Amino acid sequence: MSDIPGSARPAIAFGLRLQWEPAQEAHVLLYPEGMVKLNGSAGAIISRCDGVRTVAEIVADLERTYGLTGLSGDVIAFVALALDKRWLELRA
Amino acid sequence: MSATPPVGHGLGAPNAAVGATPASRGVGPPLWLLLELTYRCPLHCVYCYNPTNFAHTGPELPTADWIRVLREARALGAVQLGLSGGEPLVREDLEPLVTEAHALGFYINLITSGVGMSEARMRALKAAGLDHIQLSFQDSTRELNDFLSSTRTFELKSRVAALIRQHGYPMVLNVVLHRLNIDHVGEILELAEAMGAEYVELANTQYYGWAWLNREHLLPSRAQLERAEGVTQRFRERLGNRMQIYFVVPDYFETRPKACMSGLGSVFLAVAPDGTAMPCHAARMLPGLDLPNVRDSDIRTIWYDSPAFNRFRGEAWMKEPCRSCPERGRDFGGCRCQAYLLTGDPDNADPVCDLSPHHALVTAAVARAEQAGSAAPAAARERPLVFRDHRVSIAVITGDPARGGAPARRA
Repeated sequence: MSDIPGSARPAIAFGLRLQWEPAQEAHVLLYPEGMVKLNGSAGAIISRCDGVRTVAEIVADLERTYGLTGLSGDVIAFVALALDKRWLELRA
Repeated sequence: MSATPPVGHGLGAPNAAVGATPASRGVGPPLWLLLELTYRCPLHCVYCYNPTNFAHTGPELPTADWIRVLREARALGAVQLGLSGGEPLVREDLEPLVTEAHALGFYINLITSGVGMSEARMRALKAAGLDHIQLSFQDSTRELNDFLSSTRTFELKSRVAALIRQHGYPMVLNVVLHRLNIDHVGEILELAEAMGAEYVELANTQYYGWAWLNREHLLPSRAQLERAEGVTQRFRERLGNRMQIYFVVPDYFETRPKACMSGLGSVFLAVAPDGTAMPCHAARMLPGLDLPNVRDSDIRTIWYDSPAFNRFRGEAWMKEPCRSCPERGRDFGGCRCQAYLLTGDPDNADPVCDLSPHHALVTAAVARAEQAGSAAPAAARERPLVFRDHRVSIAVITGDPARGGAPARRA
């Protein structure tokens, strides 16, 4: 997973849709005939994956928003998982 | 956003796909809404799960009622929407229904044979916000032979498949397998590849509705099943990720039942063309289940308060061996409709389970399919294959059609 550079720009994969569902109090990823309910951390990260921001920028934004430091490892690990599951894809 | 910050405790595994939401203490929302917009269909599939007496159901809901259903269900938290039938393209108001569903935030799946699809309709559906199309191969024996040999059907499917791809949708094919076509799985996969399919679901027939009437004709032998799985595996190895193939084994060959609908009344709500609300698409057959109608009640009342939707929630309804089974929280006793069809009692364990005292009913059906080689089993020869047909459905009026007791002949 260390092969995801900080300059990578993750985006929601083609054909998937991310939205906030009040009834579930969660972000969900929707895809053909299926859905993944994301926990709070995953939702916070993936909702920033817009294909514009880099991983490094997403980390900085999360650290600023939540007043934390050292989130890089968690974010990269999640992005790697989400790429593996084809929830995310990387934009050039 | 009030999400938990991603702190050092790690992110945890994102949880719960729709189909796997565990039965919780409280009743969750109906995440999955299936609208069977019409029972009308240009096809006559022998394995259709629609009720055999569909011709006796009331008139189809008008557009305004479907829109009200969409709004009420979405307000409760429904998010995945299936539009099916019959053939949903028969409904001329499909586009405005998709427009409304999209505006409400549904993820919209169209489940279609492709018959009735045109360039203009595809463009309109895309503009309306349709998210996904699942194209089926419909194949009664006659039509399968047409399909495999005749350019007419092949061209229709190819044209619709090309339209699906041109409009930026993944190409998702669904093929229902049974005794009469399972030996052609190689040819089917070759055509799927030629059409540029990205996902192919090879779904073995499940025995409800018309498929139940035709079960003796449709249940494959174990040897057929193994050959088909072998062919499928060779395609997987050759095509890799280019075409993902899902092979759904018929549950008659299993020893544990499917976790049908993740338990009735857990996540799934279907509405039939006449407005009947059901906790599964086949639930109409279940005796004593007084199914509510969306013409009379709102979705909230139906989902949370109606006796029909509460009937199989929790575990109090279960009988032994389910009631004390350590696996009851995983499969919820299997399928209520299958329990009813095979044993006459919807509270029994699904006889697919080898812990069920009625499991021999399933193994006997499999044994009959084994004995017959490639020819139709003897039991099947006594009654001809019944095609899903309006006239036949009108004739299915006496006896107990769901259990195959009706005079199911060509009218």
